[in-house]
Amino acid sequence: MMASTLFAMSGAQAEHQELIMGRSAEAFPETMSALQEEIKKAGYTISIVQRVDIGLTGMGFQTDKYRVVFFGKPEEIKMLPQKYPKLTPYLPLAIAIFAEKDETILTAMSPHFIEHTYAPASDTNNAELHDILQRWQKDIESIIEKVSYLE
Amino acid sequence: MFHCLFSWVCIKALLFCMCILPFALTFTLTMAQAKDIKSESILSGQVLFQKKCAVCHGNEGAGGVGVPLNLNDFLSTTSDYYLYQTIKMGRPGRIMPDFAVLSEEQIQSIIHYIRSWKPEIKAPVYSRERIAGDVSKGQAVYESICINCHREKAMGGKGTGVTFSRPRDAELIAPAAGNPAFLAAASDQMIKKIIMTGRESTPMLPAKSMGLKEVDVDNVVSYLRSLENNTVNNPSNESKSDEAVLMFESSYSVEETIENIKQAALGYNFRYIREQTLNQGFVDKAEESNAEYLIYFCNFTFLNQALSIDPRIGMFLPFRATIVKKGDTVLVMTVNPDYLCSMFNNDELKQSCEFMSEKYEAMLEESTL
Repeated sequence: MMASTLFAMSGAQAEHQELIMGRSAEAFPETMSALQEEIKKAGYTISIVQRVDIGLTGMGFQTDKYRVVFFGKPEEIKMLPQKYPKLTPYLPLAIAIFAEKDETILTAMSPHFIEHTYAPASDTNNAELHDILQRWQKDIESIIEKVSYLE
Repeated sequence: MFHCLFSWVCIKALLFCMCILPFALTFTLTMAQAKDIKSESILSGQVLFQKKCAVCHGNEGAGGVGVPLNLNDFLSTTSDYYLYQTIKMGRPGRIMPDFAVLSEEQIQSIIHYIRSWKPEIKAPVYSRERIAGDVSKGQAVYESICINCHREKAMGGKGTGVTFSRPRDAELIAPAAGNPAFLAAASDQMIKKIIMTGRESTPMLPAKSMGLKEVDVDNVVSYLRSLENNTVNNPSNESKSDEAVLMFESSYSVEETIENIKQAALGYNFRYIREQTLNQGFVDKAEESNAEYLIYFCNFTFLNQALSIDPRIGMFLPFRATIVKKGDTVLVMTVNPDYLCSMFNNDELKQSCEFMSEKYEAMLEESTL
């Protein structure tokens, strides 16, 4: 199977990329299982898969397959809301996955996008959170890249 | 005699070896080297295309979120200058980000790769000379024909190209021909050529088939050029909301707050989906903590509309209220769609995000006061 694509798009005037995107040449079911596998391999736990398409079709709307996979590290899910309450709405982490014809697209918010609000590099008081956001960035990029280059 | 002739042949051969051959070899080598350089550029262009472009335009340019690039009509009417400027500047407010971080060489290599799909099609070169058509006559033609797909002031068709957004009955969502970045990249001559040629697999027929004369096309081009400074096609530079989350402190207990949110959401036509602790799925059921609680609601009509504009927005939908208990304080929060919206570079989505932020804020305020 032809290798497919990664990657991220930078927003108009952004220093960092704001969206992490990938395209898998595989169909939705194969890409979905590969995504879940890569998330686990990266040391994360999947908490829930939101079936957006099921909800929409249940209400009479036509849609292709669309899911959102929520994941995180149990210790971070426990620690972060108490230490950084305003970060909680962004937990757990999420990757949206949807079918495009015979291929599949993956999208996630780049943790860099919220970095300047929560833990700018210049703010040494939030160095721990800054490091966490950097790691999430690297991990999500890596997960989406690996799924995009399915063989 | 024979000796003389032989000597003359030898001298000629020697002269050839000394004078002509080095040039011939150099020329052959130069050609070969140029070919190698071009092949290398195509290869590196392919790698860059896969990384930066394929996610939207498809692995081989067949289109997706972005327009198809491998159509004959597209390749035969768009200049390399247009491709270069488009990659460099993107399309403000129309999803495609700018790739200003790429070097000239990198952009050229992407263009070499795109051109390698159909090497038999020669890249056209256009003069930058402006066409002096009649703007008001062009507007009349535009508003009787082109507006049906390209919409008012050529702001472009609605939605993106993915199957999620629309059926595959057309290869293209009509581009925003009035977008300032499009007009900066496309010369008048190129726009004219496109209108004259039409676009295969789309409702855009060649000008002649639509009953247009060359002078009509010139007028339309001048009308489009007049849109360069139009505010409709110039995305506002308003800064996004600075607040990453919408947050309210509740005057009620966690349990009361949860009930209030449910009531408020129903009042705003949201359907209750489910509720859970934040750590559900991360720890055993017995260890789950109510200190952070999530409630999901959805307005399906709105969800469907938002996904039609940009399917990537689904990563933040449906609406999720997060309740955090910290000491005696109960906080109710949600992500701020208005803040997040800027990452999509999609002006059409902006209105939906603003609408969402207003609704979310009203719901949370109502349930916490």
